[in-house]
Amino acid sequence: MTFSPQLEARFATLLASYPPGRERSAMIPMLLYAQDELGSVTDELIAEVARRTGVTPLQVDEVISYYTMLRRKPAGKYHVQVCTNVSCLLRDGDRLFEHACQKLGIENHGVTADGQFSIEEVECMGACSWAPAVQVNYEFHHDVTPDKLDRLLDELKEKR
Amino acid sequence: MLYNPPSPLETKVLSRRFGLPDSAAIGTYLATDGYQAFLKASKMTPAQIIDEIKASNLRGRGGAGFPTGMKWSFVPRTSPKPKYIVVNGDEGEPGTCKDRVLMENDPHSLIEGCLIAGLAVDAHAGYVYIRGEYRYLIEILEKALAEAYAKGWLGKNIQGTGFDFDLYAHTGAGSYECGEESALLESLEGKRGVPRIRPPFPAVSGAFQCPSVLNNVETFCAVPHILLGGGKAFADLGVPKAGGTKLTALSGHINRPGVYELRLGFPVRQLIEEVGGGIPNGKKLKAFIPGGSSCPILTAAECEGATMDYDSMASRKSMLGSGGVIIMDEDTSMVKVGLRLMRFYSHESCGWCIPCREGTTWLTKIMTRFYDGNGSRADIDLLGDIAKNMLGRTFCPLGDAAALPMISLVEKFRDEFEDYLKGKRREETSGRLVTV
Repeated sequence: MTFSPQLEARFATLLASYPPGRERSAMIPMLLYAQDELGSVTDELIAEVARRTGVTPLQVDEVISYYTMLRRKPAGKYHVQVCTNVSCLLRDGDRLFEHACQKLGIENHGVTADGQFSIEEVECMGACSWAPAVQVNYEFHHDVTPDKLDRLLDELKEKR
Repeated sequence: MLYNPPSPLETKVLSRRFGLPDSAAIGTYLATDGYQAFLKASKMTPAQIIDEIKASNLRGRGGAGFPTGMKWSFVPRTSPKPKYIVVNGDEGEPGTCKDRVLMENDPHSLIEGCLIAGLAVDAHAGYVYIRGEYRYLIEILEKALAEAYAKGWLGKNIQGTGFDFDLYAHTGAGSYECGEESALLESLEGKRGVPRIRPPFPAVSGAFQCPSVLNNVETFCAVPHILLGGGKAFADLGVPKAGGTKLTALSGHINRPGVYELRLGFPVRQLIEEVGGGIPNGKKLKAFIPGGSSCPILTAAECEGATMDYDSMASRKSMLGSGGVIIMDEDTSMVKVGLRLMRFYSHESCGWCIPCREGTTWLTKIMTRFYDGNGSRADIDLLGDIAKNMLGRTFCPLGDAAALPMISLVEKFRDEFEDYLKGKRREETSGRLVTV
């Protein structure tokens, strides 16, 4: 399996970061960085990461199922994550999440037909003091109101 | 960058570089006493370093509050195994967003704290485990690490001291449980984040089954300040049994939410009224979570006379926790809060221990039916009963973390649960996409 030169460089650094014989430690970071490039964790990627970290594909698969950020199916180009945990809830994060679903016309874990957007209700993402918070891919948005979210989603729609 | 303006009531120790231009850059760090604590520590014996940390009364800032100097002294320095420094940057406790601000604005203080810990326990490598959602912080830290290597503050024979140290950033991939120390160590080894049975504790068998120092980001960031200013000066900032300041994240129903650095022992009333600017729309305080959602919830009456430190919170049968303060006003539905919290814990339970896996699942099921209007009075007792049966019966604290707030909710807000059954304050739920 071939990856971009940047990802290959990242893999090389990761595999050299842990004590000898502990290459397995690189597995989770490798999967997440590769997913960023590929869109999801494919069977081919599992086999490749297993080979490079010296474990079986099954050992990789059992790890993937534990971590919420690792996904076997692609998300949208813009993965909209709305926090509804307690600090965000107290500031109407739940209503913001519903608003986002209605705006995009999809339900939790759904992807729009054009593959541009996906949505996920997430647990605390560490933005409690600037709630309600939204992450689009890795980018944080703080103190989000329904209007602010509309503008953000409209901007992203135009960016395509 | 900073996401909220500072408060004049803050005591700026760990946050003293916040707001400086380019505060995360090594140039700024070096111009403001950066890495001087390491140079000082390199001329001290390991025992002297640990004594200084003990004198500071620094207690772990992740939530458990264990004395840091004592934790370091448990590492067997003479063990033939390599030793490791592990930083817990898996900040995920609901209500907590303070490590994020530290890593973003002053990553070099974290690196320097790791170096000093390395000197103290004879470790020559360390890992900073950062939650996957904090990708931008991993980029900031990697930049800081590269700067430190380039300027000779990491790597071989650091600044001619003869001390070697390598530090690496490691990303998580979405798991609250990995903020628990032993689950974090499993995750660092490329496994599911399932806790380990203890003893042995990480000091003896931690990363890669080797002796390890494992502390929270804020704990490590305090270390350079302690070495430079002296343990006693740091201790004097706090209260008798806990030294220093605490980064406190205010969230919920408060006019000025934000992260503020306050002396340990700061009065709760002043925190709400003066630092936080009071509760919006002149409403009254109903409930207060002192340090992240895992702490027992305090009522407004219990907050009277309370101060933000370990003992004051313990005397009220709660915890200082991570410093994630959540404020709830008089109109907050505690049934709704209870359901949302239980949904969180059942989602995040790793499933290893049955009392936690089954307990959180059933607490969620019962809270859901209660919230939907299908509950009974017996359910209120059942919620408390299940939660009490989880306490102390799991390998890691996640079971307790779910049980403690549940118990406090049904015991302290029982009237509200009863009223909810009678239809009072029940929210319109039909057609809602989210159950809370």
